[in-house]
Amino acid sequence: MRKKSLWLIIMSLTLVLFLAACGDNNETGGEADNNNNAAENDGNNDAAVNDGNDGNDEGNNNDGNEAPAAAEDQTLIFARGGDSTSLDFASVTDGETSRVTLQIYESLLKFNQDSFEVEPGLAHDWDISDDGLTYTFYLREGVKFHDGTDFNADAVLTNFNRWSDPDHEFAFIDEGYNYAVYGNQFGGFQGDEDHVIDEINVLDDYTIEFVLKEPFGAFIQNMGMSYFAITSPAALEEYGADIQENPVGTGPFQFVSWDRDDRIILDKFEDYWNEGYPKLDRVIFQVIPDNSARLTALRSGEIDIMDGLNPDDYEAIANEPGLQVFERETNNIGYLGFNTDQEPFDDPLVRQAMHHAVDKETLIGLLYAGLAEPAKNPLPPAYLGYNDDIEPYDYNPERAQELLAEAGFEDGFEFDLWTMPVARPYMPDPSRAAEVLQENFAAVGLTANIVTMEWATYLDEIETGAQDVFMLGWSGTNGDSDYFLGNLLSTPSIPTSNQTFYSNSEVDDLLTQARHAVEESDREQYYQEALELIHEDSPMITLVHSIPVLAGSDRVQNYVPHLSTSEPLTEVELSE
Amino acid sequence: MLAYTIRRLLMLIPVLIGMSLITFSIIHLIPGNPARVILGDQATATAVANLEEQLGLNEPFLIQYGQYMLGLLQGDLGTSIRTNTAISGDIWPYLAATFELTIFAMVFAVIVGVNAGIISAWKQNSWFDYTAMVIALIGVSMPIFWLGLMQQWVFAQELGWLPAFGRENPRNPIESITHFNLLDALIHGQLDQWWTSFKHLVLPGIALGTIPMAIIARMTRSSMLEVLRSDYIRTIEAKGSSTLSVIYRHGFKNAVIPVLTVVGLQTGTLLGGAILTETIFSWPGIGRYIYEAIGNRDYPVIQSGILVIATMFVFINLIVDLLYSYIDPRIKY
Repeated sequence: MRKKSLWLIIMSLTLVLFLAACGDNNETGGEADNNNNAAENDGNNDAAVNDGNDGNDEGNNNDGNEAPAAAEDQTLIFARGGDSTSLDFASVTDGETSRVTLQIYESLLKFNQDSFEVEPGLAHDWDISDDGLTYTFYLREGVKFHDGTDFNADAVLTNFNRWSDPDHEFAFIDEGYNYAVYGNQFGGFQGDEDHVIDEINVLDDYTIEFVLKEPFGAFIQNMGMSYFAITSPAALEEYGADIQENPVGTGPFQFVSWDRDDRIILDKFEDYWNEGYPKLDRVIFQVIPDNSARLTALRSGEIDIMDGLNPDDYEAIANEPGLQVFERETNNIGYLGFNTDQEPFDDPLVRQAMHHAVDKETLIGLLYAGLAEPAKNPLPPAYLGYNDDIEPYDYNPERAQELLAEAGFEDGFEFDLWTMPVARPYMPDPSRAAEVLQENFAAVGLTANIVTMEWATYLDEIETGAQDVFMLGWSGTNGDSDYFLGNLLSTPSIPTSNQTFYSNSEVDDLLTQARHAVEESDREQYYQEALELIHEDSPMITLVHSIPVLAGSDRVQNYVPHLSTSEPLTEVELSE
Repeated sequence: MLAYTIRRLLMLIPVLIGMSLITFSIIHLIPGNPARVILGDQATATAVANLEEQLGLNEPFLIQYGQYMLGLLQGDLGTSIRTNTAISGDIWPYLAATFELTIFAMVFAVIVGVNAGIISAWKQNSWFDYTAMVIALIGVSMPIFWLGLMQQWVFAQELGWLPAFGRENPRNPIESITHFNLLDALIHGQLDQWWTSFKHLVLPGIALGTIPMAIIARMTRSSMLEVLRSDYIRTIEAKGSSTLSVIYRHGFKNAVIPVLTVVGLQTGTLLGGAILTETIFSWPGIGRYIYEAIGNRDYPVIQSGILVIATMFVFINLIVDLLYSYIDPRIKY
């Protein structure tokens, strides 16, 4: 009977469902730490698929396998909240992109594991002329790109021309490529008056010389940035504008596949110049948007490292067997900016008063679970010129009220407190922060109305100067102090990144002098003086320098988060 | 029947033009500059202006819309601003992922919901009826994200039975042909991968299927109650047919039409509304594709994504309407 057989099918399907829900523990365990497929992974780099391990995936339970020192399966899954926007490091700025491109590409120099000090990268050595105008880089010989072509001085020249010359055949401007970071870091593009690079000369295959128009202190730092890494010219020729989905560099890992909003797979590059590295056979960058889902996946052993650990979970994870936590050194500033063009915030007394009204310690305790330090400079502590002599605006409501009275606002006033709609490393919970700040201001007689809007709108409106007091932050990328001070507080940066509209010609002069000073001690001096002036004017309430935290399985060895938000995984390995 | 189908297909045209106009307008009316979003909060003004120019965002609204519609007529869904690649090429894997999840969720919802509804009606006012209907009520009102997180906590973290995220084991991915993982694994003849993919479907599938299941159960119950009280059922019972035959063959067949309507509507809703489930379970589906596009002001993707979903919705309802006359020959078009 037809209906009867249908009923039978329905019943058996139900049974299958039920069985699935009661799946046997060992089998998923096998999936989570699948020990036997490392060998087959090697060299398999033309497809996302590992055909070699049919059958041994699910059935592999670990009974009786004595743990070796290093796990056989060297596949690391790094889970993060969002996807990369592109795999062309030079035309985008987001941290999720550089996190991946740092594995594929290398720059002439690189940053030390835990500071912004530069170390040899693709250049094993370099000279700076006495006048600070000529930089000569000596390149490593025998370095191969992933496509098998040789790395040499011509490749470096091609890449720099690609970014600096909009008409270059590989610039792909018409395809929407945009090298804003190059423009920001080197003062513009070829032909621009402020472009610092005058010419680039290839002296021989492995020697290249950069001649500058004027001394430029940040030049050597810039060469370590992931934005200025070297792409294979042959691959640029082959893929054209599709290079952003087919990255070819010299780095420890080579690109295998990318499923957008899902995962990026990289495999070990067998011909990597630094012999014996990388330790991992495969790295998978997996997108898991939900924070708690990511933590669950870590706890169930499906991933190895998770980005964006909630500060509230830090203690629990640190004490959980089988897991470990990683701290990234602070490299940001979360601030509350004043629109200094707008009354009453054009009065420094009002700004100082409000700075005294904010209780930074309580904010850190409540929102950052202690994983932040109160900020007294708009520059993170690891930076050149950080002024430790500055006496911070302490939490002092009485003093705040005195200053307000002095400014003529005994009865207080009402203002809009613009609150970011999204969490950022420097501000993990903006709406709660706004509530705390609102109370702080209420205590000195000021009424703050919390205003919020969608993120893109927020950024747009702040440029137009519609805000009274707003929440925002800034993260560093190359360890250059100018990147913070020049962008946040100098006159030329109004309104794109200087949204306090703070304009002080003395500060501007000091920053310019610092930019062109060659001696580090001079630069330090200029920055410290500028910070002194900024402190007096108080154009922003410097809230915190936050410490981003990550969590991982305790099998992960040698993983050191770098303060720039991304780090190469060259030395990382998995132990049993 | 054929004439009816053609008429329904023709009606699709004004619906889709209307849809596209509405989404196009709303997206362009809300403030926020895509060039700004693409370049990030640390970009310079000139860079933003240059990119706007490149993306053609300076053109008047109607010209932008016209260009888009012209491309659409030629089967061109546009180019994503964010990825700079053709949407028609990008969209299929996401669509397939959502289809797979939706089909699983609906199979779950229909099997459990229909059977629970039938038994509840058959044993009206029994403990089963009460329990099933209370569960259905909870199911309807359960926030999906909460259910999903609880499932992950219990089945992935505490018990370790089922995976917490994704469609497959990332350490052993399936080579995509159709982008339906269950199908692809079968084509490759890899049963272990099939089983892994199936296990990945269970938690998100149940999370997504819970609300439709509850709605279907309640709908089936009330529809069945009406049918079971009718005279012909009593006649068949008197004739001595087995209970199973009375309930399923004679009863349910006549109660199925309203249930089918609900199934059709729910399927359409799930296609576009799986975004929460897709986010919690990191399911790379169409909902997240569009969601990411909204965050990046990727106009063409938002446009085309919504248009594709709307088309699916209309098609599913057309299929349901055609099924009516198949199930109940008295219905003629």
